[in-house]
This record gives sequence, structure tokens and C-alpha cells, in this order.
Amino acid sequence: MRAWFGLIPLAFLAGCRNDMYDQPRYEPLEPGSHLIGPSSARPLLPGTVARSENRVLGAFDTGLSNGKLTEELPLKIDRAVLERGAERYGIFCTPCHGATGDGRGMIVQRGFSPPPSLHTKELREAPAGHFFDVITNGHGAMYSYAARVPTRDRWAITAYIRALQLSQNAHVKDLDPEDQARLAEIKP
Amino acid sequence: MPQIFHPAMNTVARLTVFGAAFGVVGTIVLFYEYSRSPFQTEVNVVREQPVQFSHEHHSGQLGIDCRYCHTTVENGPFANIPPTHTCMSCHSQIWADSPMLKPVRDSLASGEPLRWERVHDLPDFAYFEHGIHIQKGVGCASCHGRVDEMPLTWKAEPLTMEWCLDCHRHPETHLRPRSEIFNMEYSLPEREQNMVGKRLVREYGVQSGYYLTNCTVCHR
Ligand code: HEC
Ligand code: HEC
Ligand code: HEC
Ligand code: HEC
Ligand code: HEC
Ligand code: HEC
Repeated sequence: MRAWFGLIPLAFLAGCRNDMYDQPRYEPLEPGSHLIGPSSARPLLPGTVARSENRVLGAFDTGLSNGKLTEELPLKIDRAVLERGAERYGIFCTPCHGATGDGRGMIVQRGFSPPPSLHTKELREAPAGHFFDVITNGHGAMYSYAARVPTRDRWAITAYIRALQLSQNAHVKDLDPEDQARLAEIKP
Repeated sequence: MPQIFHPAMNTVARLTVFGAAFGVVGTIVLFYEYSRSPFQTEVNVVREQPVQFSHEHHSGQLGIDCRYCHTTVENGPFANIPPTHTCMSCHSQIWADSPMLKPVRDSLASGEPLRWERVHDLPDFAYFEHGIHIQKGVGCASCHGRVDEMPLTWKAEPLTMEWCLDCHRHPETHLRPRSEIFNMEYSLPEREQNMVGKRLVREYGVQSGYYLTNCTVCHR
């Protein structure tokens, strides 16, 4: 009989559960219950606007001014914006468009259909809103990047593409006279 | 008085005392070792995944930035696992008929998300946040190892509380400049690391080990 008392502590083990390890709440992207659907993360309804972007939609949000693609960049361009643009371009665009925008990125070398160079006449003359539109809605074989690139970053990338276009089409006469003189020295 | 115990019992008695002491210590050591062994922490264990996704291929060889897929890692607690749409932005054309990628195509067609098995999963009572670590100069490789050399993803570190605290006590031994966060190969010799680390602690305003080992930092 006495021996059976030894088993009492075992009864306490019944209290050992992992409730605190896996609490009844959703972690991001956890599979949902049948009420919620396959994932706790719900897909956005069409036309959803992030709360932080809740204002009258202008050229900044749509890339359009007066119903046409906007020519001007609708934000103040400074060094910080360009650096942000360069970083985001490096993450999202170089795999296909290449670091200089020549359209020969790594994924293209592995067989993706080659995009046009960003330095063609059409794209250099294209309005700024066109680049915004391509990133937002995709273009032919290129998918939309709207889910991954927020509005402000899309303009930063556009600004950086403008800088790239300048860099690949610079003329000697655009340089400072000082630098021109130095260049002339180097050239035999 | 007749002898109750045979003299050989002396040995048994000694063995019992010895066994009791070492048995207890041994059991504790066994538990201690077990709770830190790969059986328990699942370090280096590979999971069965719906698609044989390889970081070695995508990050190592193709050089795709982590943030192309793990979009919220810089600002949010959660690093994000890419949706099917992200895979298909390339695989609409690349290996578009491969049977290996059939689950991805099916997922895009049906809208049913792919079910990746979690490799890292802290208990729900511990709070972790990626953003602060990235902003204060802790690189991915410090916690996830050489992801760019993993054909299938595994855990490189045990993620025990002991492990978190080892770094929180002396963050300067692990900090790197923000520009090197995504560089998988970055490493400095120890003396240089201490110098750079101390400078970065000041530059980025990193909290002291005293603050970072407060229970409420991670159990909130
Ligand atoms: C997966 C590869 C891929 C990535 C990544 C990619 N693109 Fe493209 N892009 C393409 C392809 C392919 C085309 C050509 C589309 C067509 O004409 O069918 C294209 C076309 C373009 C065009 C030209 C549209 C025109 O008028 O002809 C622009 C501008 C552009 N992309 C910008 C971007 C920017 C900005 C990014 C980064 C946010 C980006 N792309 C990322 C593949 C990609
Ligand atoms: C092409 C998209 C892509 C890129 C680029 C990418 N990953 Fe991943 N990553 C995934 C997918 C999909 C998973 C889920 C499957 C798995 O665990 O292997 C994942 C899983 C992970 C996990 C494990 C998550 C878990 O389940 O706990 C870590 C850690 C990780 N990635 C780190 C990185 C790092 C670091 C980089 C940059 C060097 C990187 N990833 C680049 C797509 C990507
Ligand atoms: C930026 C473009 C890009 C993205 C995004 C991408 N892949 Fe790939 N993937 C490739 C390329 C290119 C190859 C072929 C590599 C080669 O040719 O060596 C490949 C190969 C593969 C392979 C087979 C190769 C192997 O043996 O490892 C699988 C499986 C795969 N990808 C799964 C995925 C999944 C799942 C995702 C989404 C999380 C994804 N990929 C996202 C470009 C991409
Ligand atoms: C300080 C250590 C640390 C650093 C630095 C770190 N991670 Fe993590 N990562 C973790 C931990 C811990 C988890 C598990 C989180 C959980 O279970 O809630 C995790 C989980 C993940 C996951 C799975 C999804 C999630 O958020 O739970 C991915 C993907 C990931 N990390 C990618 C990255 C990438 C990419 C980087 C570099 C930019 C990075 N991590 C830097 C510790 C770290
Ligand atoms: C390689 C070093 C390292 C590792 C490993 C690490 N951390 Fe950190 N952690 C840091 C640094 C550095 C900070 C930034 C402190 C600051 O805010 O200045 C930080 C900050 C934090 C914060 C925010 C603190 C606050 O209130 O500001 C949390 C929460 C946190 N870590 C949780 C964890 C958890 C949980 C783990 C283990 C799974 C972990 N960390 C592992 C280096 C690390
Ligand atoms: C840097 C983050 C961090 C700090 C600070 C921290 N913990 Fe933890 N703690 C963790 C993590 C992560 C785990 C989960 C470890 C695991 O899964 O093995 C944990 C687990 C625990 C557990 C174990 C629960 C169990 O059932 O295994 C206890 C108890 C605990 N912590 C108490 C504390 C106390 C008390 C303090 C303050 C002195 C503290 N922790 C400070 C990160 C932290």
C-alpha cells in the first residue's frame, strides 16, 4: 500500500503541458483556423490603402498628374533619397536589370527574358511616372513590386534610375572645366 | 551478538554512498547536457519542406539580397517568409516546367499558401525582434550562420536563453558596421573586433549589458 504513495508525485506530471510555449495566439503567417482561412495573414482587399498613406491621392501615390504620367518627381530629391534609391535598386532590380541598368543581371544570364536597357532613348525620355507605374503594376514579363517596395521607395528608385541614366550618358563637356583639364592630361 | 552484515557489505555500502552522490550529479549533468544537445535544440537539423528551396543556390550563387524575400527584417519583429508571388517573379520563366517547382505553381494558381516548416521557433513567452538587432549592427550570420552555404535551411545556433545572454552581456564582441549586416563572410580578428565593437557601441548608442540582461527585455 505504502508503495502506491510513491506514485503521487507522478500525478503532478499531468500538470506539465506546453501551453506557455505555444500560446493560443497567432504568430505571423501561422496557419489559420477554418474560420480564418489557410493563413492568419489575410490577403488585402483590392484598393486597400495603408493607414499611414491615408490621404487624398496625388501624383505621389498614383504617378499620375492630370490623368497623365507625371514628368516631375513628386518629392524633394536629396542625397539621402538617392542613397535609399541606390540601396533599394540593388536589392530589387539588379537581379535582372544589372547594377548599371544594362539589362544583363544574374537572373537574365540564367535564362530570364532580357529586359530593355534603362539607357535607351525611349526610357531616358519617358516621364518619371512611367518608372513608378512599372514598379507598381509590373510590365509584361516583369511582375509587380508594389507589395515589397513602398510608395516612397518607388520614387527613390526612380530618382536613382535618373542618376544612372545620367551616369551612362555623360559628356565630357558636362564636367567642371578643372576636371576636363585633368582628363585632357590623362588622354595621350 | 551475531553479525547481521557480511564484511563484503562494506563495499556495497561504499558503492551506495558513492552511487547516490554521483547518481544525483550525473543525472543533473545529463539533463544539463541533454537540454543543450542538438536533440533538444535541433541545431543542424534539416526540416522536410514542401519545396527543396536552397539558400546556397539563391543567395550564394545568384547573389540575391536577403531582403528581396525577407522584406520586413530591417524594421519589424518578423523577418517575413516570401509569398508565392515572390518566387514566381523569377520562376514564371526559370525552370517553369520543373516538377520540383510544381507546388509553387499550384499555390499561385489556387491561392493556397505554401506551408513552410519553421526552422527557428522561440517559445511564445520569449520576445524577439529583428529590427533592433539589424539597426544596431548585428549581422544575419551572427545568429543564423552561413545561410548562403545551406542547401536546405538549418539552425546554426541553439537559441537558448544562455545563448541570447552571452551576446547581450557583451554586445561589442559581435557588432559590425551597418553596411556589413548582409555580408555573410564578414569577420574580424578578435582584437580589432573589440576596438570596432566599442566604437560602434558609442556610435549606434547600443544599450549596456546591464540593461540588456533585464528579464523584461525578452519576457514581456
Ligand atoms: C525578375 C526580373 C526583373 C526584376 C527583378 C525587375 N525587372 Fe524590370 N523588367 C524585367 C523584364 C523582363 C522587362 C521587360 C518586360 C517586357 O517588356 O515584357 C522589364 C522592364 C522594365 C522597364 C521597362 C518598361 C518599358 O517601358 O519597356 C523598367 C523601367 C523596369 N523594368 C524597371 C524595373 C525596376 C525599377 C525594378 C526594381 C524595382 C525592376 N524593373 C525589377 C524584369 C525584371
Ligand atoms: C529567393 C528568396 C530568398 C532569399 C533571397 C533568402 N531567403 Fe531565407 N528563406 C526563404 C524561404 C522560402 C524560406 C523558408 C524555407 C526554408 O526554411 O528554407 C527561408 C527561410 C530562411 C530562414 C529560416 C526561417 C525559419 O523557418 O526559421 C532563415 C534564417 C533565412 N531564410 C535567412 C536568410 C538570409 C540570411 C538570407 C540572405 C543571405 C536569405 N534568407 C535569403 C527565401 C529566401
Ligand atoms: C530573383 C529570382 C529568383 C527568385 C525570386 C526565386 N528563384 Fe528559385 N531559382 C532562380 C534561378 C535563376 C534558379 C536556377 C539556378 C541555376 O540555374 O543554377 C532557381 C532554382 C530554383 C530551384 C531548383 C534549383 C535547385 O536545384 O536548387 C528551386 C526548387 C527554386 N529555385 C525554388 C524557389 C522558391 C521556392 C522560391 C520562392 C521562395 C524561389 N525559387 C525564388 C531564381 C529565383
Ligand atoms: C540576434 C540574432 C538574429 C539576427 C541578427 C537575425 N536573426 Fe533571424 N531569427 C532569429 C531568431 C531568434 C528567430 C526566431 C524568431 C521566433 O521564433 O520568433 C529568427 C527567425 C528568422 C526567420 C524566420 C521568420 C521569423 O521572423 O520568425 C527568418 C526568415 C530570419 N530570421 C531571417 C533573418 C535575416 C535575413 C537576418 C539578417 C538581416 C536575420 N534573420 C538576423 C535571430 C536573429
Ligand atoms: C549577437 C548578439 C545578440 C544576440 C545573439 C541576441 N541579441 Fe538581442 N540585442 C543585441 C543588441 C546589440 C541589441 C540592441 C540593444 C539596443 O537597443 O541598444 C539587442 C536588443 C534586443 C531587444 C530589444 C531590447 C530593447 O528593449 O531595446 C530584444 C527584445 C532582444 N535583443 C532579444 C533577443 C533574444 C530573445 C535573443 C535570443 C534569441 C537575442 N536578443 C539574441 C544583440 C544580440
Ligand atoms: C536576451 C533575452 C532574455 C533575457 C534577458 C532573459 N531571458 Fe529567459 N529566456 C529567453 C529565451 C529565448 C528563452 C527560451 C529558451 C529555450 O527555448 O530554450 C528563455 C527561457 C526562460 C525560462 C525557461 C522556461 C522553460 O520552461 O524552459 C525561464 C524560467 C526564464 N527564461 C527566466 C528568465 C529570467 C528570470 C530572466 C531575468 C533574470 C530572463 N529569463 C531573462 C530569453 C531571455
